[in-house]
Amino acid sequence: MRISINGLHKAFESRIRLGIMSALAVNDMLDFNSLKEYLDLTDGNLASHIKALEKEEFIGVEKSFVGKKPNTKYFMTKEGRKAFNEHLEALEKFIKSGKLI
Amino acid sequence: MKEEKDYIKDITEIRSMMERSSKFLALSGWEGILAGIYALTGALVAYKVFNFNPDKLLYTIESGGTSAGFTNVIILAIAVLIMALGTAVLFSNMKAGKRGEKLWNLTTRRLLVNMSVPLVAGGLLILILISNGLIGLIAPCTLIFYGFALYNASMLTYKAVRILAFVEMGLGLAGAYFVEYGLLIWALGFGVVHIIYGIYMYYKYER
Repeated sequence: MRISINGLHKAFESRIRLGIMSALAVNDMLDFNSLKEYLDLTDGNLASHIKALEKEEFIGVEKSFVGKKPNTKYFMTKEGRKAFNEHLEALEKFIKSGKLI
Repeated sequence: MKEEKDYIKDITEIRSMMERSSKFLALSGWEGILAGIYALTGALVAYKVFNFNPDKLLYTIESGGTSAGFTNVIILAIAVLIMALGTAVLFSNMKAGKRGEKLWNLTTRRLLVNMSVPLVAGGLLILILISNGLIGLIAPCTLIFYGFALYNASMLTYKAVRILAFVEMGLGLAGAYFVEYGLLIWALGFGVVHIIYGIYMYYKYER
């Protein structure tokens, strides 16, 4: 059960995870350090949120080497994009309906 | 369960993150205004002090020795460029700090790569022009290639930069056609247009 009743994804309840998805939605690939800078997080904190999104298969990892330094890049999977878009739609609907009341 | 105001905050966060991670917004209107003032001063010094007024394609400075006079103009141009770049870095750094960001990040690197490709090509062309004595084309070429660089940069920053890009390119082309007004058009493009752009950006985003 990944989707809650109103179409809002459980995985995106955390604003940090939402931030990671937002950054990856407009960038093909982002490395760990760039994400860390945008979100202003510690290594451990960011890693745990990334792991959670990876587990959902919303983001993918590409590991490579720049010289001898390992370079990990993240990207949004097709599934992740679908889930993120659905989440946005649900948010939009929710807010629209809220305004009507 | 989250409340409505939480969801509104979610949306704000999504929008801000998308913008922050894809756009370079640490631009200050002051960069344009000061760069314009440097350019106008530079053009005036070149014209009045060094008698530099390239009114034809093959041009040499008439009074005060040919090559020495031109070397002075080049040194002056480089000084104007360094001052403008220094000011840009200073003000962008301040703006980034105000936004709670670091200036040197992925978006900045992307912006610089996008701008440097046309600028390096233009720089090489200018060296070729100098070596062939086609001094009259240098000023228009700086405008045209600067316009290319701005056009490339405009995808990653404020929309207004695209308009600036077209204005600079247009002035460059005009300068290449009306070679006799080359220096005047250069002063217009790098001086007056930058100042107008800077004032516009200042009133729109910083006041």
